[in-house]
Amino acid sequence: MNVSIKSKAASVEFQQVSKIYGGQVTAVDNVSLNVNAGELVTLLGPSGCGKTTTLRMIAGLEMVSSGSVFIGDKDVTLLPATDRDVSMVFQSYALFPHMNVFENVSYGLRVSKLPKDELTEKTNSGLALVGLTGYGDRLPSELSGGQQQRVAVARALVLEPQVLLFDEPLSNLDAKLRRQVREEIREIQTNLGLTVVYVTHDQEEALAVSDRIIVMRNATIAQDGSPRDLYEQPADSFVADFIGEANIMDVIINNVDSQSNTAEVHIGDMQLQLPSRGIPAGTAKLAVRPNRIKLSTHKSTSDLTATVRKSTYVGNHMEYIVSTEYGEWFATTDNVDQIHNVGDNVYVHFSERGPVLLPD
Amino acid sequence: MNRTVVLWLAVGLFGFCVLPWYVLEDGLWSFEWLDGYPFDTDYAPGLFLLLQGEKLWLAPIPLVLVFPLLIIGATKRHAMFSRVLLITGTVGLLYLLTQGFSIGIRGWNSELLNLFFGELGDRQFGFGYGAMLVGTAFLFFLTTGIAARGIVNGDVFVVGAIGFVIALVTLFILYPVLNMLSSALQTNEGVYSIRVFFSKFFSDKIWGLHCLTENRSCGVAWNSLALALCVAALTTLLGLVFALVATRSGLRQAHFLRPLTVLPIITPPFVIGLAIILLFGLSGAVTTFVADLTGTNPTRWVYGLPGVLIAQLLSFTPIAFLVLIGVVEGVSPSMEEASQTLRASRWETFRTVSLPLMRPGLANAFLLGFIESMADFGNPLVLGGNYDVLSTEIFFAIVGAQNDQGKAAVLAIVLLIFTLTAFYAQRRWLGKKSYTTQTGKGDSGIPATLPRRILYPSYILVALWGTFTLVVYGMIVYGGFVEVWGLNHSLTFKHYITAFNFNYGENGIHFIGSAWDSFWTTLRIAATAAPLTAAIGLVTAYLLVRQNFGGKNAFEFGTMLSFAIPGTVIGVAYILAFNVPPIELTGTGVILVLSFIFRNMPVGIRAGIASMSQLDKSLDEASLTLGANTWRTFRSIILPLMKPAIVAALVFSFVRAMTAISAVIFLVSAEHNMATSYIIGRVENNDYGIAIAYSTVLIVVMLTVVTLTQLLVGKSKTGRRSTATPIQAA
Repeated sequence: MNVSIKSKAASVEFQQVSKIYGGQVTAVDNVSLNVNAGELVTLLGPSGCGKTTTLRMIAGLEMVSSGSVFIGDKDVTLLPATDRDVSMVFQSYALFPHMNVFENVSYGLRVSKLPKDELTEKTNSGLALVGLTGYGDRLPSELSGGQQQRVAVARALVLEPQVLLFDEPLSNLDAKLRRQVREEIREIQTNLGLTVVYVTHDQEEALAVSDRIIVMRNATIAQDGSPRDLYEQPADSFVADFIGEANIMDVIINNVDSQSNTAEVHIGDMQLQLPSRGIPAGTAKLAVRPNRIKLSTHKSTSDLTATVRKSTYVGNHMEYIVSTEYGEWFATTDNVDQIHNVGDNVYVHFSERGPVLLPD
Repeated sequence: MNRTVVLWLAVGLFGFCVLPWYVLEDGLWSFEWLDGYPFDTDYAPGLFLLLQGEKLWLAPIPLVLVFPLLIIGATKRHAMFSRVLLITGTVGLLYLLTQGFSIGIRGWNSELLNLFFGELGDRQFGFGYGAMLVGTAFLFFLTTGIAARGIVNGDVFVVGAIGFVIALVTLFILYPVLNMLSSALQTNEGVYSIRVFFSKFFSDKIWGLHCLTENRSCGVAWNSLALALCVAALTTLLGLVFALVATRSGLRQAHFLRPLTVLPIITPPFVIGLAIILLFGLSGAVTTFVADLTGTNPTRWVYGLPGVLIAQLLSFTPIAFLVLIGVVEGVSPSMEEASQTLRASRWETFRTVSLPLMRPGLANAFLLGFIESMADFGNPLVLGGNYDVLSTEIFFAIVGAQNDQGKAAVLAIVLLIFTLTAFYAQRRWLGKKSYTTQTGKGDSGIPATLPRRILYPSYILVALWGTFTLVVYGMIVYGGFVEVWGLNHSLTFKHYITAFNFNYGENGIHFIGSAWDSFWTTLRIAATAAPLTAAIGLVTAYLLVRQNFGGKNAFEFGTMLSFAIPGTVIGVAYILAFNVPPIELTGTGVILVLSFIFRNMPVGIRAGIASMSQLDKSLDEASLTLGANTWRTFRSIILPLMKPAIVAALVFSFVRAMTAISAVIFLVSAEHNMATSYIIGRVENNDYGIAIAYSTVLIVVMLTVVTLTQLLVGKSKTGRRSTATPIQAA
């Protein structure tokens, strides 16, 4: 670990920020958020949800239509990208094709008129940090996709920015490389204590890399929380369905025990005692992850009966679609040795932990 | 201290205190003016004029100019910063222009001012370099002030560039054209009269329809319109046929068609006309042959509509081909394959899928052909005979015995209405209607071969046209070596010697041929105009592709407008506008350079747009987030990556400046004669030999330039340039 690259990590804060294009299209609608110094926060959401616009407003590549942006304690709302202490790693990497790796990495330092020897030293330690020592003379076109990506990271790092931004940095890498690169990014971030804002539409990537995830939908924040919170305690059916897969079903809460905050829910003979999460008795939704739906050939007392509609072998697990009185559900199991065939009658129950109540 | 303000303050003060304020008769670089400088009032800088108590109306200018000293220490966030600059810029520019337009060679420029202020008893010439720098400083004070208001993210470079381009377009396109419109409203005595305008505008000579009923010629507007419609339809058809043969015939030799596209670029527009005369004129090779064969008298049939039509077809078909080859290639082969797998035959596929997909492109080629034909001046001048068209009528209204500027202006307006309508239609109607660029994704399909009923006739057409083109260009080369065409066909170097003779004397080479003067002038002016055209074109392209600002659509329309303004119109507009102060340019080389810059600007813009759209926008953004400002980004990221486009723009504007005739013929002077107008002069004296020899030399020179640059650019493409590709693909 080379010490010559340090971190000047600062927090990021949005206060009621909106971005409206051409007076009509609202890309970001009254969003407030904050990212603590040294934290890696991911903006996650389907395409068109406003996550990239949010990132670009942090960078200063887009100007807010209303609201304020703070980096550290400084109001940067009116500063353009050039004047903000923020670096960005682009989806396409945006390496300058007419400059070699060294020139690319040192570009920002050159622009800020660093003395020559300091510039060389910084650039080299930046390259060392991403494991590309000795690649300085190559042109970007002579590097593999993963190497280009690292050059882009080094180029952003050597400026020691207050905030480092990643715009879908892994989407141009092949699947196997992704896991490796994302771990490298995470490692550099924790070692240097950088503030990172990371945009992705891949929920698995987001779960793996983040301290905190902000899920966005239709230009607003749907939920903000730790990866585990989002997966296990989704705020609504959109988040439940977007992060991981979930069977969302309509249920009726018979009564809520105000002492233990436990809700009692019936689905046919199946009776569930679930954390009520503040939802009153009446109609509600229930989210059940596919691996929390258990299928068996032997009926226990409270099981529902179901018919297998589809049965798919995908290597390390089985995927089923079963049809019950209450709808078609998607279930997975690790048991690939004893499979249920299409048309079989099976018995279904939910595991104790896992199903989560959502407001209607 | 704000560096931008200091810079423009320095420029403005230098202009006011050091450079001669008024236009110099012999140009800046003759240094004639040093004799008597700085006290001679013709050569004095503004400061010395005032100190001597001369031209006192200039006095407010330096006062306004130093106004920004108030905020020179302030940052751009300071409340007064933008206000002071806005006031300086606006007041300065307005005052500079007002005094320039109000006081001319004869004192006050209008009776009203005379009445109001009394006789001035003094006068002034046009703006010189001093005034120009002061004006520039005011302009950039204004844009810096606007930028400080937060417009376009408060970017000084971008706002400055936008302001600069707008100022240039206003000064050198809008002002002359509007000025011409206003002169159309005047009688020959200079009195405004709407009635005179209407009687001129609706004159029988323009709109008469006698050719339908009796044996007289129709109005020039109808002549032009009929010709342009024929040419547009036929060039579109031929261009389509060529494009189809080039891409969908399966014929490997078809790529020979591509070099065709270079021909019209390097051929001066009237040269085809000359060749047509050599072939079909009264003593033309074909005419005499046929006359001998049939025992009839040779006729002048080719002069008039047939000749102009043939010449324009030869000239403009390659342009249609250039447009349509892109369109034909843009039709995704997999759509045709899809149609075929749905059991359509080749003919049905072509008729129901390929052709409809090409429709917007066809309309585009049609409108381009229409505008080109309307604007063409060289061919109608050489071949028109009694078939008058607008572009030549404008010329004769000015240079002929009539010298009727009002009539020229009215004709120019009619011509402008036609071309602008076509231009507007092309942009509004077709701009958004393209089927060809739906996806950037690669297409694995193979272009379908054409159905036979189209393919075979196409082959015949291509072969005929190809042969004819070869014959025409053969004639041009051959004609230069013939003693006197039609009378004495013995071969001779006489014409080349007359035009390009030189000998070695004591002081080196003496260029004693008659053509050298215009040849060197042409080279010099084209070489001056080319880099300026490319620079303005590329900066404009950068603004259009990379920046967002209010009024961008109007900005784009304004900058592309000059494409639709025929050269003859620009020519007339320029002599009307720049003959008198405050901008006095007639008879100088500068007016030629300016006319080339603004005539060819759309070419530079297009080259820039095409190449800049290929550059990933995140390259700019990466540079910005790394702390570079827009100017630095433009200089160290965009420009280096645009080298091929820059070279292309340079070559195009150079070559177009060498071949231009329509605007040039109004603007040349004895001192600054251009090759093309020299050649036209020879043609008018029936001196075809020299005209053709000179044309050949021009074509060879330009062919060399184009080929050399293509070799150079081609090489650089295989080197570092190719590195851009993987990044764009990502």
